Amino acid sequence: MSKRIEAIGLNIYYGSFLAVENVNMDIKPRSITALIGPSGCGKSTFLRTLNRIHEIIPGARVDGKVLLDGDDLYGPGVDPVLVRRQVGMVFQRPNPFPTMSIKENVLAGVKLNNKRISRSDADDLVESSLRGANLWNEVKDRLDAPGAGLSGGQQQRLCIARTIAVKPDVVLMDEPCSALDPISTLAIEDLMQELKKEYTIVIVTHNMQQASRVSDMTGFFNIAGTGKPGHLIEYADTAKIFSNPDKAETEDYISGRFG
Amino acid sequence: MSTSTMNANRSNTLAAGRLRPGVMVSMGVFAVAVPLFVLWALVGNLPNLFVVAFIAIILFLILLGVTSRIVEGGRRAKDRVITTLVVSSFVLALVPLVSLLWTVIARGLTRFDGSFFGMSMRNIVGNGGGALHAIIGTLLITLMATIISVPVGILTAIYLTEYARGNVLSKVLSALVDVMTGIPSIVAGLFIAALAGLLIGPGTTTGFLGALALSVLMVPTVVRSAEEMLKLVPNELREASYALGVPKWVTVLRVVVRTAAAGLTTSVMLAISRVIGETAPLLIVAGFTPSMNYNLFSGPMMTLPVFVYDQYAHKGLPPEAFDARSWAGALTLILLAMVLNVGARLLGKLLSPKTR
Ligand SMILES: Nc1ncnc2c1ncn2[C@@H]1O[C@H](COP(=O)(O)OP(=O)(O)OP(=O)(O)O)[C@@H](O)[C@H]1O
Ligand SMILES: [Mg+2]
Repeated sequence: MSKRIEAIGLNIYYGSFLAVENVNMDIKPRSITALIGPSGCGKSTFLRTLNRIHEIIPGARVDGKVLLDGDDLYGPGVDPVLVRRQVGMVFQRPNPFPTMSIKENVLAGVKLNNKRISRSDADDLVESSLRGANLWNEVKDRLDAPGAGLSGGQQQRLCIARTIAVKPDVVLMDEPCSALDPISTLAIEDLMQELKKEYTIVIVTHNMQQASRVSDMTGFFNIAGTGKPGHLIEYADTAKIFSNPDKAETEDYISGRFG
Repeated sequence: MSTSTMNANRSNTLAAGRLRPGVMVSMGVFAVAVPLFVLWALVGNLPNLFVVAFIAIILFLILLGVTSRIVEGGRRAKDRVITTLVVSSFVLALVPLVSLLWTVIARGLTRFDGSFFGMSMRNIVGNGGGALHAIIGTLLITLMATIISVPVGILTAIYLTEYARGNVLSKVLSALVDVMTGIPSIVAGLFIAALAGLLIGPGTTTGFLGALALSVLMVPTVVRSAEEMLKLVPNELREASYALGVPKWVTVLRVVVRTAAAGLTTSVMLAISRVIGETAPLLIVAGFTPSMNYNLFSGPMMTLPVFVYDQYAHKGLPPEAFDARSWAGALTLILLAMVLNVGARLLGKLLSPKTR
C-alpha cells in the first residue's frame, strides 16, 4: 500500500516560534521525494509533522492541513498513534532498542502493540523485513544477538527493517545515510528504489548527489535568516530542480553559491 | 618502501628524559625513612605513623616534583605530582573504611555463631542469646518499606519525567521531594508516631509503623534517583517507539522503563541501603522487644540497628557479652547490606542493555 500526502497551508511552531511557514506540497504515492536545504531551514521539522511526531516536543504545534489520501492527519478526533502506524519513520541516528535482540527489534512494532503473531508468521516477517532492508544475509545466523552490537550501517538498516515490518503506507527518512559509509549508503539507496514500489518515501538529505540519484521529486527549503521561518522555495521534478530550476535561490543553493 | 629514515646520529628530538622506576622507589624509601628516624630520634620511641605518613607524602612530592622537572620537564612533573596527590587521597579515603571493616569483623566474630542466628533474647540475662528476632524484624520491616515506597517512588518519577512536561504540579512535586530528602530520620519517626497516636492510640509500636516511617525516608530517594535514571534514556528510543505507532503508556513501560531497568534496580538498592541501617525512627515507632515477632501489624518488633544500640547502651552483666552481641549485630547488618548490594548488581547486569 502506498498513499498520497498533501500539505496545505502548513505552519509549524515550537511554542511561539514559527519554524516553518505556509508549506504547500503534494507528494505522490510510489515515489521518492527528497527535501533539501541549508541547516536549520526546517526540513526535519516539516518531515516530523507528516507522522505527528512533531507534537511530542512540549509546546510544539501545527496549523494547516496534512492530508493522507484525503484524510486530514490533524483533523479533530484523529488518533496520532493510528497515524504513526501508517506513516513510519527512520531517524538520522540509528536507534535500535538496546534491550532487544535483532529479531525482537524487527518485531518491536508488532510485539509492543500486543498483536498476536504465530511463531512461524513472526519468523517469516523477520526474514522478509530483513531481506527488504538488505540485511538478512549479514545477520541470519545471529538473529538473537543484541541489535546494538551491529555496525552503524547495519543498525540503520535494522531500523529500516523495523519500520517496514509494521507495513506502513509512507516511510519518512531524516538523513538516513548521514552516519554511514559510501557502501552502506549505496545499499540504502538501492533499498529505497525497492521500497518505492510499495511505499511513498520522503527523505531529507544534505547530499545533492543522493537527492539527484534517488528521488523523483525534490523540494528545496530555505530560510531568510536566523529566527525567521523556513519556506518551501521550490518543489518540482528532480531533473528540473537540478538542471533548470525556476528560482535563482534554488540555482544558487544547488550550484554551491549559497551563503 | 617507506621513505622515512631513522636518524641514528643524533638523539630523538621528540623524546625527553625519563625517571627510572628505581629512582622513584628510592625517593619513596628516603621520604619515609627520614621523618621516621628523625622523629624517632627526637621523641625517643616509635612516632605516630600518621604524622610520619603525612610528612613522607609531602617530602616525596617535593623530591619527585623537583627531580622530574629537571629530568623530564614541567608538564611531566605536574602530571607526576598530581598523580601522587590523587593516589594518596584515595588511600587516605580508604584508611577509615578498612579500619572500620577490620574493627567490626574482629569484634563481631566473637559472637558470630549458631546461637546468634538461631535465638532471640527472650529470657536471656547474661551470656548467650542471639539476634534472630532482630534479623527477622529488619528483613520484614525493610521489605514492607520497599513494597510501599518502590511503586510510589517509581510511578512519581515516571510522572515527572514522562508526563508532567514541567507543569505546575510537577514543580510543586519536585520541590516537595527535595524537602523530603532533607528530613532528618528522627522527624520521620515522630511524624509516624504522631499519626499513629491520632489514628490508633498513643504509644503504639508495630513493625508496620516502622515500615511507614522508613517509607517516608525512602520515597524521596527513590523518586530522585529513578528520575535521573529515566532521564538517561535517550529521547530517540521514545521517538523510535512512537514512530512504530506504539501508544505512549506502552512506550513508557516497555521501552523507557525496560531500558532503564538496570538503573532503576540501583535506585531501589540505594534507597534500601539508606534505610536498612536507620535506628532513630524505629526506636520510636517499632519499639524494643527481646522476643520473636513475625507479625508486622501487632506488637513491637526488634530490628538490627535497634538491637545494636540496645545491647550497647543498656549493658547488663557481664558487659562483654552485651558488647560482643552489639558488634556481631553490626557485622550482620553490614553483611546484609552487602548481600543486597551484590544481589542488586547481579540483577542489574541481567537487565542491562547488551551489545554482545
Ligand atoms: N525542539 C526544538 N525546539 C525549538 N526549536 C527547534 C526545535 N527543533 C528545531 N527547532 C528550530 O526549528 C528550526 C528548524 O529546525 P530543523 O531541525 O527542522 O532544521 P533542519 O532543516 O532539519 O536542519 P538540519 O539540516 O541541520 O537538520 C531551527 O530554527 C531550529 O532552531
Ligand atoms: Mg534536520
